[in-house]
Amino acid sequence: MSATEATLPAYAGFADATRSEASLRLFLHGLPGVDAVGAEGRIAGLGTRSIKKDAKLWALDMAIRMVDLTTLEGADTVGKVAALCAKARRPDPSDPTAPAVAAVCVYPDMIPTVVDRLRGSGVKAASVATAFPSGRSSLAVKLADTKDAVAAAADEIDMVIDRGAFLSGRYQHVFDEIVAVKEACGPAHLKVILETGELVTYDNVRRASWLSMLAGADFIKTSTGKVSPASTLPVILVMLEAVRDFAEATGAKVGVKAAGGIRTAKDAIKYLVVVKETCGEDWLTPDLFRIGASSLLNDLLMQRFKQATGRYAGPDYFTLD
Amino acid sequence: MAEDRIGVRKTYKLYIGGAFPRSESGRTYEIVGGSGHFLANAAQASRKDARDSVVAARKAFPSWSAATAYNRGQILYRVAELLEGRRSQFVDEVALAGGLSPADAQREVAEAIDRWVWYAGWSDKIAAVAGAANPVVGPYFNFSVPEPTGVVAVIAPQSPSLLGLVSVVAPIILTGNTCVVVASERSPLPAVTLSEVLATSDLPGGVVNLLTGFTAELAPGLAAHMDVNAIDLAGVEWSVVAELEHAAADNVKRVLLPSETDWYTDPGTARLTAFLETKTVWHPVGV
Amino acid sequence: MTFDYAPAPESRDVAKLRSSYGLYIGGQFVDPFGGEAFKTISPATEEVLAEVATAGAEDVDRAVLAARKAYDEVWRALPGRERAKYLFRIARILQERSRELAVVETLDNGKPIRESRDVDIPLAAAHFFYYAGWADKLPYAGLGPDPQPLGVAAQVIPWNFPLLMLAWKIAPALAAGNTVVLKPAETTPLTALLFAEICQQADLPPGVVNILTGAGETGRALVGHPGVDKVAFTGSTEVGKEILRTLAGSRTKLTLELGGKAANIVFDDAPIDQAVEGIVNGIFFNQGHVCCAGSRLLVQESVLDPLLDKLKRRLGTLRLGDPMDKNTDIGAINSAEQLARITALADSGVAEGATRWSPECELPGTGFWFAPTLFTDVAQSTRIAREEIFGPVLSVLTFRTPDEAVEKANNTPYGLSAGVWTEKGSRILWMAQRLRAGVVWANTFNRFDPASPFGGYKESGFGREGGVPGLAAYLAKGSHG
Repeated sequence: MSATEATLPAYAGFADATRSEASLRLFLHGLPGVDAVGAEGRIAGLGTRSIKKDAKLWALDMAIRMVDLTTLEGADTVGKVAALCAKARRPDPSDPTAPAVAAVCVYPDMIPTVVDRLRGSGVKAASVATAFPSGRSSLAVKLADTKDAVAAAADEIDMVIDRGAFLSGRYQHVFDEIVAVKEACGPAHLKVILETGELVTYDNVRRASWLSMLAGADFIKTSTGKVSPASTLPVILVMLEAVRDFAEATGAKVGVKAAGGIRTAKDAIKYLVVVKETCGEDWLTPDLFRIGASSLLNDLLMQRFKQATGRYAGPDYFTLD
Repeated sequence: MAEDRIGVRKTYKLYIGGAFPRSESGRTYEIVGGSGHFLANAAQASRKDARDSVVAARKAFPSWSAATAYNRGQILYRVAELLEGRRSQFVDEVALAGGLSPADAQREVAEAIDRWVWYAGWSDKIAAVAGAANPVVGPYFNFSVPEPTGVVAVIAPQSPSLLGLVSVVAPIILTGNTCVVVASERSPLPAVTLSEVLATSDLPGGVVNLLTGFTAELAPGLAAHMDVNAIDLAGVEWSVVAELEHAAADNVKRVLLPSETDWYTDPGTARLTAFLETKTVWHPVGV
Repeated sequence: MTFDYAPAPESRDVAKLRSSYGLYIGGQFVDPFGGEAFKTISPATEEVLAEVATAGAEDVDRAVLAARKAYDEVWRALPGRERAKYLFRIARILQERSRELAVVETLDNGKPIRESRDVDIPLAAAHFFYYAGWADKLPYAGLGPDPQPLGVAAQVIPWNFPLLMLAWKIAPALAAGNTVVLKPAETTPLTALLFAEICQQADLPPGVVNILTGAGETGRALVGHPGVDKVAFTGSTEVGKEILRTLAGSRTKLTLELGGKAANIVFDDAPIDQAVEGIVNGIFFNQGHVCCAGSRLLVQESVLDPLLDKLKRRLGTLRLGDPMDKNTDIGAINSAEQLARITALADSGVAEGATRWSPECELPGTGFWFAPTLFTDVAQSTRIAREEIFGPVLSVLTFRTPDEAVEKANNTPYGLSAGVWTEKGSRILWMAQRLRAGVVWANTFNRFDPASPFGGYKESGFGREGGVPGLAAYLAKGSHG
C-alpha cells in the first residue's frame, strides 16, 4: 500500500455518525426519504431518452467494458469457467475491435481458474464471498471465505450484507462486518451487495448504500442475482444518488454495480443514461459502474454488429459459453 | 292599565364584528310598515360601515372556516333554537314589515326557522355530495373537497323579509364563509332582530355582519371591494346587475344573480355550492 | 469521447399539413367573409407552417347560427348513449392519429415532442373517453334527475396546450348535450383544425363543433355574441376580467380558468431528490407556459443551500433545443411576443436586486428561446415573485415555519395550484387544508387527469374542468329537479 493510499478513509469525516449503534441509526434515519412514485417517475422519464447512432455505438462498447461476466451456479466446472474467461477476453472472435469485459465473477473455488485464464488480459477476477448469497454464517466463516478468495489472487470481492441484521435495525452489526471484510480484502476491491430485493423499500436502499460506503465499500451492488427482483432502474437511481451525495460530502467516488435481470442492450443503455444524468460523465467508466450479467453480453454484441454493419445479427453467430 | 304605560322603543343598529354600532355616518332612515305607518328609524349604513364589515368578516374567516363541520352545524342549530324561542316576536315584526296577515306571518317565520334547521343539518354532508375521491390514472390518491369561497357580500331579498334573509345567509355561513349582508331595504327590522339572535348564539362575531340602509349606496362598494370574494345579488333590481357585475370583475368575484324564486319551495343545494370552491389534492401512493 | 446523445428527431412526414385552412363551420371548411388570413409559424424555426383564416364578426354569426341549428335540430334531442358513441369515436381517432397530432402540436407550439407525445395527446384522448362515458349518465351528475344542456357554448383556449385545452372544453360540452364554437389561440391553430377533420372522420353531425381561427378580435366577437348561452375561457386573468365585464348583466353562464403564481413549498424533511424533480417539472415543463406552474419556490431556510446545489446540478442536465428531438427537455418559447414578456420580467428581477442564474446553455440562432432561469435573493414584493411570467423562470424564496409558508403561499391574488414536499403525512394534510388553491400537489407536481377537477380560487378563475364539476359547468338543473 503506497503512502497516498494510506491516508484517512473517505468515511473519516463521518466519525460522529459511525461512533455507535445509536448515532448510526440517527444518521441513517436522518437521510432524506425517497418518494417511490417520484423515483419511478424519474426513471420513466429517462426511459424515453432515444440513443441513436454514434451515441449508441459508444454506449454499447462502454456497456461491454462494464460487464462483470458472471456464473454462480452449483454446476459450475473448470470447463465452464474457462470458456467464460475466453469470452471475457475476446467477446466477439470475429471482431477484434470488440472490447474485453471488466471482470469475470465466480464462486471462490473457481478463482484460481479465472486468474489463470485471464492472466495478462486486464480483465479482473471477481469472487463472491461471505457465505454468498444468503450471508447466513458466522463472521469467522465469512472472513475465511474472503481470505481464501484473496489468497487465490482475486482482484475484487463481492460480499453480501446481513440483511436480517439490517432489517432488524442492527446497523452496527452490518457496519462492523463490512469493515472486517474490507480489512480482509487487503488490496482487493470490495463490492458490497445490498440485496435490494430483500430490503424492499427505497428508503432502505438509500440507508444501506450509505451504511456500506461509510464502512469502506469501493462499490455498492444491487443484488446477488438469486433473489427477485434483482437490479431495477429506480433502485440504481437511488444508489447513484447516494454515491453522488457521498462524493459531494467526502470527495470519494464509490462505484455502483447493477446485477441481475439486465438481459438486453436496450436495458443496459437505459442504465447508462441513468448513470450519466444522475452522477455525470465521471461515472461512465468500468472503474465506477459495472453490470453483472451473463446473457446480456451477446445482445450487446448483436446490437454492436447491427450498428456497425446496418444488418441485423442472428444468435447463431455469437458464442454461447 | 297596560295602555297607560309608555312603551320602551327599540333602537335598531348595525351588527358588525359581533358588536352593535350605529352607522359611523350618524344617519338613520325611516322604516314604515306594510300599512304605511312609522315603525322605527333604522341605521343607514355608509360605505365605511360596509368596509368595516368586510374587515370584520375577513378577520372571522380563518377560524370559522377551520371549525369542524359538526361544530358549525351545532352552532347553526343552536341559532334555530333561539329563533324558535323568539318566534312570536318575529311573527309580529314580519307581519308589520310586510303587512302580512297573522297566518301568513306565522307561515313565514315557521318556514324560516325550518329552513335554518334544514341548512344546519347540511354542514357535515355537503362534502359528501360536492366532493369525491377521483380514480386517476397512475399511483396517486386524489380527492376533491369543497371549501368556502371566503368573504361573501349579500344583498338580501327585499321580501320575504325574514325567510328571504335566512335562505341566503344560512347556506353561506354553514359552509364556512363569512358574510356582509345588506338587509332588505324596505323591511330591515326582522333582520336586525335576527342579528340580535346571532349575537346571543355561539356564532363567532364577524361571521355575519348585517347592515341596514340603501342597496344603491352599499352594493356598488361591496361589488368593487377587492377583499370580497363573492357577491350574492339576490335582492337587487335586474337593472343594476350589469353595473355590479362589471365592478365585481375587478377581482373575479363569484356572482350569484337574482332570480325569480319561490322562497317556500325546497331550495336544493344550489345556494350551498354557489359559494364553495373545489380543492383537489394529489398524493403518490407508494412505499 | 463522451456519451453525447446524437440527435433523435421525430419524423415530420406524418404531418400532412395543407398550405391553407378555412374556418370550420357547419361541418365544412369555408372561406371567411372578409377573406383575411394569417400565417402560423414554428416558434423553433420561424418557418411558416400554414396560412389560416381570420374569422370576422359575420363568420362568428355564421358559426353561432350553425351551432344553434345543430343544437336545436340534432344534438340536444339525440339520446345520450348516441352522443356518447360519437365522443368515443373521436377519442379513438385521437389515439389513432396521435403521432401526427403530436408532431403538429410540437411544430406549431414549440413544445418538446416528448411532452406532446407523452402528455398532451394521450390526455386529450383520455378526456374524450372520460366524458363520452358521462353522456348517457347525466342524471347521476348531482343536478337532479333531468339536467339540461345550456345550448351553444363559446370556447376560447390558450396556446400552451392547444389540443388538450380543446379536449377540456369540447368533451364535457358535447357530453352534456351542448354544441360549441371554439376559437384556438392565434399562434397555435393547427391541431384544432386537424380536430375539425377528425370531427368529419367521426361523422359528427354538422354544426355540433365549429372552429373559428383568429386573434383577440375574433375571440371578443365570439364571447360577446348574443346567441351564445355559455362562455368558457382559459387564458390570462386580464382577458378573463375583460370577458367578465363584457358579459356583465347578460345571464350567460361562464367558467374561467385564468392565471396563477403557484408556490411550490419544500420542507426540510422532503424527499429531496424527488422534490428537485418536482421543482423542475413544476416550472420547466412546457417551458413554464403553464398556468399552474410552480413559479415560486418556497424553501425552508434550513435546507436552502443543499437544495439549490442539487437543483442547479439538475438544471445543468436539461437539454434545450429542437423540440422535434426526442431527447429535448426544453423547447421553444411560443412566440416573439411571449419571449419579450419573459425577457422583460426577468430583467425586472435583476433590476429589483434578485440574483439571476442559468445553466450553461446554448440557444439556437433562429426561433424564440429562453434559458432555464433561477432567481435567488427574491423578495416577496418583487415583480418576479408576484406576476405570472409564463416562462421558464423560477423565483426562490424562503420560509422558517409552516405558518410562514402558508402565509407566503397565499399572499397572492391568484389561487390556482400549490405544491407541498414533506415526508410527514399530517403536515401535508395541514398544509393542504390551508393553501387557498384549487389544486394541491403533495410530493408531486403538474399531474392532470380527466377524472380530477382542475381550476382556481380567487383571481385564478372559477368553475372546474375535469370530473363531475367539469360536467356540471355545461348543465343546468332540469325543470323536474
